[in-house]
Amino acid sequence: MANKLISEIPLPKSIANVFSARNVSTAKDALSLTEFELMELLDVGLTEVRSALLQISEIVAPPYQTALSLMEQRFQNEHLGGHFPTGLKGLDAALCGGIPFGVLTELVGPAGIGKTQFCLKLSLLASLPTNYGGLDGRVIYIDVESKFSSRRLLEIGLRSFPEIFQMKEMAQEMAGRILVLRPTSLAEFTQSLEQIKVSLLQNQVKMLVIDSMAALVSGEHEQGARRQQTLSWHISFIKSLAEFSRIPVVVTNQVRSRNHDDASRYCFQVQSRDGAIETPMQYDSHLVAALGIQWAHAVTTRLVLEAKSGERFIKVAKSPISPPLAFPFHITSSGISLLSDDGKEVMGPEINAIHYQGHNEIINFGMEGLH
Amino acid sequence: MEIWRLPISASQRGKLISAGYTSLSSLSSISSSDLARELNVSESEAMNILKVASHSRGSETSNASCSIVEVLDTFQWWAGAQSAWDMLHDEESLMHITTSSADLDNILGGGIHCKEVTEIGGVPGIGKTQLGIQIAVNVQIPNDFGGLGGNSIYIDTEGSFMVERAFQIAEACIEDMSEYNRFLRKDFQECKIKMQPQDILENIFYFRICSYTEQIALINYLDKFLSEHKDVKVIVVDSVTFHFRQDFDDMALRTRVLSGMALKLMNLAKRFSLAVVLLNQVTTKHTEASFQLALALGDSWSHTCTNRIVLYWNGNERYAYIDKSPSLRSA
Repeated sequence: MANKLISEIPLPKSIANVFSARNVSTAKDALSLTEFELMELLDVGLTEVRSALLQISEIVAPPYQTALSLMEQRFQNEHLGGHFPTGLKGLDAALCGGIPFGVLTELVGPAGIGKTQFCLKLSLLASLPTNYGGLDGRVIYIDVESKFSSRRLLEIGLRSFPEIFQMKEMAQEMAGRILVLRPTSLAEFTQSLEQIKVSLLQNQVKMLVIDSMAALVSGEHEQGARRQQTLSWHISFIKSLAEFSRIPVVVTNQVRSRNHDDASRYCFQVQSRDGAIETPMQYDSHLVAALGIQWAHAVTTRLVLEAKSGERFIKVAKSPISPPLAFPFHITSSGISLLSDDGKEVMGPEINAIHYQGHNEIINFGMEGLH
Repeated sequence: MEIWRLPISASQRGKLISAGYTSLSSLSSISSSDLARELNVSESEAMNILKVASHSRGSETSNASCSIVEVLDTFQWWAGAQSAWDMLHDEESLMHITTSSADLDNILGGGIHCKEVTEIGGVPGIGKTQLGIQIAVNVQIPNDFGGLGGNSIYIDTEGSFMVERAFQIAEACIEDMSEYNRFLRKDFQECKIKMQPQDILENIFYFRICSYTEQIALINYLDKFLSEHKDVKVIVVDSVTFHFRQDFDDMALRTRVLSGMALKLMNLAKRFSLAVVLLNQVTTKHTEASFQLALALGDSWSHTCTNRIVLYWNGNERYAYIDKSPSLRSA
């Protein structure tokens, strides 16, 4: 809509000619300038500029919907009103049905905690037919760190849905629906994103998984703010992809240790010491999510996976529809499963903290459990 | 006032100057047909120029020749100008939109003010979208319960508006109203709540914006929309920063576009007597040798909104801090 040509908008002839004479050809060009700048550029009076802008704006502005019609539309057209059930009952209940369509869901956690396992399980679920709780469609899995293991995928499938996966053709069909891309650089990733946009609608793609977003950027040799700028185009592109195709998009993120540079206070907080409760937990967990605060704003739902006192937790850290809950989970041969469906409510900013204690014991225990 | 300050097009200005008219007083005694002949423009254009010139001149001379006492009485010359006394009267009769949090309402002086632009910012996950949805629902509380009974426009730039959550909030709001009803008006059975959550949802006009061009276009279009839908009492923009943080190479252009947008929003707020709530993100700012959090879009943006509230974590609780307000203390 932004790049709509002015020639296509019904404006009075005289002003349309002036626009094209001055090389203002898309609505974007016209709207990016202020009224006075346009007057100078086009050499016409204020009222004419205003009425032209009004007409352009009216056409370019998106149509409105009432929230009620939005809800009805979602419930009628989409699977479960726009949610993808993960199979983890407690989590699904907290998320009002499952992973929401049309928005970014982020999985963040330290290495080895189970993010890729979760992604594998989700991809499998999405490929299943709807009577098994799946989306009955293709999945595009962007595997940056080469962690995708088809053997593990089939193992999960065999253990969780034996009736499907024991038949070789069915297993082949399901696994065949998962398309794995392995971009080796940010530029390749950008290219594949654009191709994905084209093929989304044609090929019945029902989910997009990017594992992991942080690895894409850490390969590039830029720091701090420039790194954020590099990603910002991708962030809005992926969001618009998710939005217009109404599919769930799951993205994984890594963690990094907190620097001195990390801001956590506003200027007015620094000044008034009284009344501010010192949060000792800030020094406890020295891990923060990678990719910065701009990314944190862009994702709609953030699920934090962490290890605390020997147990793993999946926490709903940021979500417009859920309370802040933490669920203990473990990884089994059939993927991830929750140890308890009742989440523990976590107060305050603790929900955003990422802990990494007692992790080594889990790994050793897990190894024994698998055999 | 000189010719070059008049809001007419550059070529007309050029013609005026080359014909010898450099100040307004020189235009005062000429007729439109003579001017048309001299400048070689059409008569209607000449009339336009004269009209614009006399407008600007009128305000100038009146300024110079009135004494203080007369000024107080005859302050209505400009269309749209109001004396401070009238404004006080208007402000007192203004309603506020409650935020459903008594403490926040208290520090805001009753709630979100109409005819003003309020900016609310905070780290991700603190509840900005929640507050935005809450305000869009609360504005619909009918007058009997102390609300404005109006509709709301929700402009979503990030896609974080979840309909299910809006439904939950609407349900809770109706429950609150029923409780209030039962508590205070035990005798009056006829004051039953007839509103359903669906009715509330029906009165939220939802726009989804995918680029900054659409954002600017929509704000321009809102003028027409609001004249057709007079019941709208609040516009919530969530969030105003998102599209402006991505790939804007020309920072100066960004500042100009943003301030133009802010002015239009303030204009809408005043003309249609509604409240404008803008939700903003945070970014890190390097001040005094340390990094601190600050609301996004830069220093020039912080001048444009009337009120500013920052939501932050303090210990285990969410706090709100009034950063800027013309009539309230920092709290």
